[in-house]
Amino acid sequence: MAADNLFDLKIITPDRVFYSGKASFLELNTVEGGIGIYKNHIPMTTVLEPGIATITEEGGNKKEAALHTGFMEILGDRITILAEIAEWPDEIDRNRAQEAKIRAERRLQNDKSNVNITRAELALHKALVRIELADHVTK
Amino acid sequence: MASMRDIQRRRNSIASTQQITKAMKLVSTVKLQRTREKAEECKPYFNHMYATVTSMLARTGIVEHPYLKSGKSGKKGVIVISSNRGLAGGYNSNIVKMLTQGELEGKELLIYNIGRKGHEALERKGYEIAEDYSEVINAPLYSDAVEISQRVLKDFEEEKIGEIYLVYTSFKNTVVHEPKLLKLLPVEFSDKELSDAERNTPMNYKPGEEEALDMIIPKYIASLLYGALNEAAASENGARMQAMDAATSNAEDMMESLELQYNRARQGSITQELTEIIAGAEAVE
Repeated sequence: MAADNLFDLKIITPDRVFYSGKASFLELNTVEGGIGIYKNHIPMTTVLEPGIATITEEGGNKKEAALHTGFMEILGDRITILAEIAEWPDEIDRNRAQEAKIRAERRLQNDKSNVNITRAELALHKALVRIELADHVTK
Repeated sequence: MASMRDIQRRRNSIASTQQITKAMKLVSTVKLQRTREKAEECKPYFNHMYATVTSMLARTGIVEHPYLKSGKSGKKGVIVISSNRGLAGGYNSNIVKMLTQGELEGKELLIYNIGRKGHEALERKGYEIAEDYSEVINAPLYSDAVEISQRVLKDFEEEKIGEIYLVYTSFKNTVVHEPKLLKLLPVEFSDKELSDAERNTPMNYKPGEEEALDMIIPKYIASLLYGALNEAAASENGARMQAMDAATSNAEDMMESLELQYNRARQGSITQELTEIIAGAEAVE
């Protein structure tokens, strides 16, 4: 019975196949808010927001990863995520993320032009996700 | 007949050239392995991206999106990927030929150049170069591909260019590299590759279809460009390896024929000396 609730999950980045395996539950952040996916979800293509993705593997083992910008295609029992950046917690440099966060915050305070604000906001968002995930695991 | 000294001098110079070509061959072999690995690693991302975009376009049947139509401008934007260094056989001239001959011949082009050798050749031929990103080809990053594609898309949206092409050398295997011309925008697709099940499954888009296309097509272009950059880097090293291999074996052949000439010249000079001595001795008697 246990095998019935599994779906194929693939996370691919430009440089490598980040994750490929079977999962029973997936939780992540999209532009429309956080969603959770079980097997037999309706077919859907959605754009991702920077956030932590939680993969529940067979047997309840949970894995967490940071995903920044990309999109996801759900088709039957196959989920493909194309992410531009994906990181496991142990690949995150917390100090660097902290610095990036401070830099982005400074830029948000100083800059008035529109383009820079969206970019700085995205950078801040990414840094926050990284810090959150790094803290989450070390705790 | 050339003197012994002249032949010796040529032999020395060829020997040292051969050493250089041999060393360059070894270096490019190592680089080829690394760049080929990278080119292969980025293939799954590109393949999935391509599959997603084509199935998306086939399913939604959107035709009115700006990315799916040629712009008003008659100018064609071309991203040209060549190399920063020469001595790679026909690698760079084949790329330039893609622009001067065939489909793009005589069209009004705006070049986004990657690779110094291509820049030099295209500038000489009088092409208009909008931007140069030659520094990225040595170690292409995904962020480079994103930056370049954003710039080109911006020009497309501002109607400076009506279509976008990509010219690069695709990497088939170590010895086969093909110069390729690819149309990036407007996106062309065929739904023949789609299975019936894929075509008939209704797909939901969040956010809406148009917005999703807005987000995904720039990513699609960036991924294409990133794949092309990596393949071009692998092809460059493959082409250089072949060229240097040919140069080394040519040097080998030349050395052999010079060796023969040298020995003949040596024998000739000995014979001449002997004749002179004998003639001298006869004169004394």
